[in-house]
Amino acid sequence: MVTTSDRQTAAEAVTAHERILTYAQALNEALREEMRRDPTVFVMGEDVAAWGGGGVFAVTRGLAEEFGTERVRDTPISEEAIVAVAVGAAASGSRPVAELMYVDFVGLAMEPLVNQAAKLRYMFGGKVSVPMVLRTQQGAGRGNAAQHSQSLEAWFCHVPGLKVVTPSTPADAKGLLVSAIRDDNPVVFLEHKLLYGTKGHVPAGAYTIPLGVADVKRPGRHITVVGVHMMVLKALQAADQLAEEGIELEVIDPRTLVPLDEATIVESVKKTGRLIVTHEAATRGGYGAEIVARVVELAFDYLDAPPVRVCAKDVPIPYSAVLEEAALPQVTDLVTAARALMHDEV
Amino acid sequence: MHRYHPVVATPLTDVPASLGADGVRRLYRLMLLTRLLDERLWIVVRQGKAHFVLTGRGHEAAQCASALAVHAGSDWVYTYYRSLGAAIALGFTPYEIFLGVLGKAADPISGARQLPNHFSSRRLRTPTVSSSVATQIPHAVGTAWATHLRGEPVATLCYFGEGATSKGEFHEALNVAGLHRLPVVFFCENNGWAISVPLAEQVAGGSVAARAAGYGMPGVLVDGLDPLAVYQATDEALRRARRGDGPTLIEATCLRLTPHSSDDSDAYRSDDERAALAARDPLPAFRDRLLAAGLIAPDEPERWTDEFRASLLADQDRADALPPPTAERARRWLYQEPR
Ligand SMILES: Cc1ncc(C[n+]2csc(CCOP(=O)(O)OP(=O)(O)O)c2C)c(N)n1
Repeated sequence: MVTTSDRQTAAEAVTAHERILTYAQALNEALREEMRRDPTVFVMGEDVAAWGGGGVFAVTRGLAEEFGTERVRDTPISEEAIVAVAVGAAASGSRPVAELMYVDFVGLAMEPLVNQAAKLRYMFGGKVSVPMVLRTQQGAGRGNAAQHSQSLEAWFCHVPGLKVVTPSTPADAKGLLVSAIRDDNPVVFLEHKLLYGTKGHVPAGAYTIPLGVADVKRPGRHITVVGVHMMVLKALQAADQLAEEGIELEVIDPRTLVPLDEATIVESVKKTGRLIVTHEAATRGGYGAEIVARVVELAFDYLDAPPVRVCAKDVPIPYSAVLEEAALPQVTDLVTAARALMHDEV
Repeated sequence: MHRYHPVVATPLTDVPASLGADGVRRLYRLMLLTRLLDERLWIVVRQGKAHFVLTGRGHEAAQCASALAVHAGSDWVYTYYRSLGAAIALGFTPYEIFLGVLGKAADPISGARQLPNHFSSRRLRTPTVSSSVATQIPHAVGTAWATHLRGEPVATLCYFGEGATSKGEFHEALNVAGLHRLPVVFFCENNGWAISVPLAEQVAGGSVAARAAGYGMPGVLVDGLDPLAVYQATDEALRRARRGDGPTLIEATCLRLTPHSSDDSDAYRSDDERAALAARDPLPAFRDRLLAAGLIAPDEPERWTDEFRASLLADQDRADALPPPTAERARRWLYQEPR
């Protein structure tokens, strides 16, 4: 498992006087500060209130103690009701933050999300807005197998009317969640189960990171790597390794997939001439294909080589550690792909 | 709604005829084996040999007794992730379960694709467990529908927890089964907790069995700590189903004596609460009942415990010596090849 990258460790040392939080704590802080600021914000989901626990990943820890179990509501195991109740509450003036324990269960709640939340404003001729956030977590690497390990961001990106957020660092997680809660549209806020324990510097107090602004996590001259979630961390590791061979990766985290900051990606590709997209979602029909398409449309003449996808195999995520590793894109796959791109082997 | 009162004090002259004295001894041995396997699996996780486990400590009476009422290999059984006791009573072996938990290529359930204790067997007519709570309930109705259409005199038994009864699937499935009087028995193991959420936050009105009335089928509340009462209730319901008299919803009250899974801290329950549950453990209660009735000899519980412990260790070692699947096989079983 990849945890804190070397760069973050260095950053921690330099900024020892600043606050280092985990990704889960950063999300918790965003929820807490927004609930203090806006009484219409409330949280609902399975196991989110349990005193002391705060959800199976502890993101909502302590919120029930501060805000009470009316505003931090444990729900029955009723995914469709969780999302549909949030739609109704949002459309009538509140700002619900609904939680699904695993993204894998979203199939049980697609009707309220896809047919309602995403379309209500459009179908109501602009008379209503649906300012809800659906928080959930995705991703593999924990031996959770086929129905607890998927990365389904592309499903949501395909539905006009939804915004889709995928933070990879604690600071981004906080700033993006604040923006998501304040946004007047339905936002699917996707966390990653292996990122919850990762640490980084997080500014105190309220700040926002606008939806639709990518972040260059590491500048480089040779290959643009656009990654989602854990693959941002893996790309940074690959960049460290490749730097020793003189290959520089420019690692970009789009941070939000809808809206997508295509300008940052395109500018980078114009500089590097080479593109790798990488995500834990299956390769076929993945969001990486969308990024490749945009780059081909907007910067075809700048490409020195065909873009490459380093994504998961098109299989369910298996339980076995050996099989799971084989199914997922690894640092070595990124390194191999980058070398091939540099040596015109594609 | 029909209530089976707790029968802890009932003399064992009440042993259901279809079970018999030998059946009662077998039932106790299955419960004991399940418990010892359960304890062993938690050790396997602590040894770092498996990511996690989920077991049914405190559910053994409900699980083993209900599964013994099944005509194994002819009736269909949808288990859930907590159904270790039902699996053992149906005929899964501890060795097979170790192979899955340890992620071995030889795992007969899925070759280590599926999570531990997500049982499936063609021979035992047990389709795979879904990790998504409650999704098996309408599938069970589909199986009952199919066997009914084919004119087969078999029943389908479907297990789930009380938290699963909050899902739309539960309600839609019961309605379909009730409408068409399908040969299915819904067996709810109510342990009062869905991870950290207690019954009072889960089931409006507080009773699962009472929900049956809305779907035109009998609802039966049974003390899930009393194996004989569970056997009797399940046996009757399965017979009704096989006869073509329609579905039944059984609610068996159980205890969750462990955290939800090895990933769960159980921090939402106090030590006192846990101690109170442990004092009601169905396993020693049943043992004492059988000893008092002279159905097992005084030395047998301890002797069986030692025997089972030894055989479980041997099973674990034998399974652990085998290799995991190889990476090239990651795509295997994704599609059915043309036959
Ligand atoms: C659709 C779905 N939602 C949520 C979960 C997460 N989850 C797994 S087990 C569980 C609790 C289930 O409780 P219950 O049905 O009472 O059964 P128990 O585990 O107590 O035996 C939850 C919420 C899930 N697996 N599937």
